[in-house]
Amino acid sequence: MGLLSRKVTCNSHGQDSSYFLGWEEYEKNPYDEVKNPKGIIQMGLAENQLSFDLLESWLAKNPEAASFKRDGQSIFKELALFQDYHGLPAFKKALVDFMAEIRGNKVTFDTNNIVLTAGATSANETLMFCLAEKGDAFLLPTPYYPGFDRDLKWRTGAEIVPIVCTSSNGFQITEPALEEAYQEAQRRNLRVKGVLVTNPSNPLGTTMTRTELDLLLNFISDKEIHLISDEIYAGTVFSSPAFVSIIEVLKDRKLESSQVWERVHVVYSLSKDLGLPGFRVGAIYSNDPIVVAAATKMSSFGLVSSQTQFLLSAMLSDKKFTKEYLSKNHKRLQKRQNKLVSGLEKAGISCLESNAGLFCWVDMRHLLSSNTFEAEMELWKRIVYDVKLNISPGSSCHCTEPGWFRVCFANMSEDTLKLAMQRLKSFVSSITINNQSHQELKNTRRKNRNKWVFRLSFQSFHDREQEER
Amino acid sequence: MEFTRNNNRQLLSKIATNDRHGENTPYFEGWKAYDSNPFHPTQNPQGVIQMGLAENQLCFDLIEKWLLENPDASICTAEGVDRFRDIAIFQDYHGLKEFRQGIAKLMGRVGGNRVKFDPNRIVMSGGATGANETVMFCLADPGDAFLVPSPYYAAFSRDLRWRTGLEIVPVDCKSSNNFRITRTALEEAYEKAQRSNINVKGVIIANPSNPLGTVLDKETMRSLVSFVNDKSIHLVCDEIYAATVFGSPRFISIAEIIQDMDCNRDLIHIVYSLSKDMGLPGFRVGIIYSFNDDVMNCARKMSSFGLVSSQTQFLLAAMLNDEEFVGNFLRESSKRLAKRHHVFTKGLERVGISTLKSNAGLFFWMDMRPLLKEQTVQAEIELWRVIINKVKLNVSPGSSFQCSEPGWFRVCFANMDDETVQVALERIREFMHQGKEEDGVSEKSKHWRKQNLRLSFSSSRLYNESLMSPHMISPHSPIPQSPLVRART
Repeated sequence: MGLLSRKVTCNSHGQDSSYFLGWEEYEKNPYDEVKNPKGIIQMGLAENQLSFDLLESWLAKNPEAASFKRDGQSIFKELALFQDYHGLPAFKKALVDFMAEIRGNKVTFDTNNIVLTAGATSANETLMFCLAEKGDAFLLPTPYYPGFDRDLKWRTGAEIVPIVCTSSNGFQITEPALEEAYQEAQRRNLRVKGVLVTNPSNPLGTTMTRTELDLLLNFISDKEIHLISDEIYAGTVFSSPAFVSIIEVLKDRKLESSQVWERVHVVYSLSKDLGLPGFRVGAIYSNDPIVVAAATKMSSFGLVSSQTQFLLSAMLSDKKFTKEYLSKNHKRLQKRQNKLVSGLEKAGISCLESNAGLFCWVDMRHLLSSNTFEAEMELWKRIVYDVKLNISPGSSCHCTEPGWFRVCFANMSEDTLKLAMQRLKSFVSSITINNQSHQELKNTRRKNRNKWVFRLSFQSFHDREQEER
Repeated sequence: MEFTRNNNRQLLSKIATNDRHGENTPYFEGWKAYDSNPFHPTQNPQGVIQMGLAENQLCFDLIEKWLLENPDASICTAEGVDRFRDIAIFQDYHGLKEFRQGIAKLMGRVGGNRVKFDPNRIVMSGGATGANETVMFCLADPGDAFLVPSPYYAAFSRDLRWRTGLEIVPVDCKSSNNFRITRTALEEAYEKAQRSNINVKGVIIANPSNPLGTVLDKETMRSLVSFVNDKSIHLVCDEIYAATVFGSPRFISIAEIIQDMDCNRDLIHIVYSLSKDMGLPGFRVGIIYSFNDDVMNCARKMSSFGLVSSQTQFLLAAMLNDEEFVGNFLRESSKRLAKRHHVFTKGLERVGISTLKSNAGLFFWMDMRPLLKEQTVQAEIELWRVIINKVKLNVSPGSSFQCSEPGWFRVCFANMDDETVQVALERIREFMHQGKEEDGVSEKSKHWRKQNLRLSFSSSRLYNESLMSPHMISPHSPIPQSPLVRART
């Protein structure tokens, strides 16, 4: 009999140790414009740092929200005591209105169907607890956010079976891929409970097409399973095509009274759109009252701080502010993404055409020494150690094709991005010119690096895990 | 949609559709009675007084004063906004260093400064609710069990069992020795579990105790440590009420006990929170402090599911590192709790109601056994309904804490102002005098039976359903007592 639970000892929270090697390296040698100009630039962190000034200026104009006051009256005591898992009504109202606004007001959300959770991390896990258990599986299109392995599987006992998407069609979901995944689950003796998609996609940065959304609805309808749509990046859509939420498609197809209506659930968060990951604000939206009731009770294990609910209820109720914020934020994201794309282009690197997210899905297949994941790792290590950029290798996102990398653009200044692109350009030039000697050099480096990697204690990688998307 | 609903139900997990969240119990019925008819001194003086809520509302003035004097503790004020973006971005599950330092200092102080807590061992969670569940996830697998001395906090049945799949094996404690946890009782419960092939992974206690309001003595604590050490099982100490101790005996943290004992420290884990000591349940500050490195590391990863808002961490870091404020707060809080406790217990004594001798917690354990028509849970529930309906006090019946002896009630005293205290005492006085007017004790019990007890006790009622008999609903206007309530409409 083990002293601890299997959850402690199995380490099945899907940590790819090389993924965290990059983090470790960055932490040891972080770039700083002044203090450490030769340090590693962090491009593995999907944060939105472009619009804090807008939030700060709102705060300056709204001192009451800052000091626990409403209409001149202190409500500190009420907030300090407020732990109702139904959530602060004013905050829920403001949140659903904001969610509707992001979707062009083409859909509305009912506050009775929303459950507040400590971040989307908690929302996804909680939904899993409600929909699946040991022996069950959810189908996820690859590539997907590495954190899903932990969030969906670890404590719930559920499994993930990949829906393989490829570059042949821009990584879109196809019917054969869905069917194949379903069959694979059967072969593994797993009962498929649903499909989970991230829309807009992490790591692709693309919004799902109507065709894909229709396909998904048909599939889950046919198989009588759930669909979870993680729409955490909904507010980061900066160019066309416009974002289409699964809820909109349900409405357009007049499926409100259908069986499938109660099997579609949406996850949301303010971590990406508003750039507030530290505040731990997530939400589950479901049309199934049993799911809402169960998830509401479960939210006791991770409620949103009342202090934070209060601040954000004031902020998001300010419709003039939200309109301005969304508009300016989109423009800045677009501008910044363009800079990344053109910088990559100058280095002879292309990426998947994208219109959302805080990152690009970059194609470095032509830089691989071979079409293998070993070669991808090799290239990645060079980029981390030599080029000094921390980017995320596609293998950590369960991509089936080697050579793709996720590169973030919204968590640094414009100058830093410029510098990153310059470094990359130099690197690519040096590869192209010195192909022969480069190969020899690589072999030597690989030998040395492998020695170094094994000497490292893997325990410290686990300690370093960040809340990353 | 009926077919669909049933069909869809089968598509949900067992956890989503079972009752192990424990909300279909009387503990929550009382809430409903209060919610539909809440007392207000001027606008609803006949309403139900909430005495089922273990909140500490006695010291907000101290915190509010501190907030006014420290505007830079908020990242939203002009004084603090320069920290806004760093904090808004901060989601590292290690938590803000200053926050952990503040918590470690507080825990040390609350333990009488006899132990030092290491800030690097502090792990966050979504309140003590999240902490207890997370610790269970780390220590046990579905089907395993934990021993829990009764009476125990009602929501343990949800926090320890619901999503973890664990079982609770109660260790019955009796009033004959003031509900002390004896080695014999522990051994008995353990043996019984073994015989039923239940795999016991540990013991979990709350010290100070909820609902008893008592602190554990050194001997009992050493006995617990030796017990778990012998069996190689875990000991989880929920010390959420640690700073609500007033008078003597003092609070002793398990951390202090193991300092002087030869034991396997990998078995010892502490759960803490700011919800009771500081009266901040809305801020969701739960802490896991484990002496086991593997548990600490695992719990830290699991804390991703319930981190403390960085905005809140920042505020509390400033507050808890203000040692002068903390010292003053703890002293003052103790004083006020002691006073309130005294007023109530003396008031009850005067009308012949005794309470378990206690010097901690936000409640006392009231002995109503003489008033039961018979020593059964049914009779306890009948009496409870009278107390809610007629006396209009929401108190919590002992059965909701799995107390093995009927007739005990937990009564909270720190969640109201002084005037309301007087109203509550007056109602109790009146109630007891009415009883005395009818001849003798046996008549007293008949008196309860005459009450209109149309409500039938049904455990299948969901919290959200209306379960009021017309007798219980009194016409009232929903008086908003705070702006927050107003926002509901």
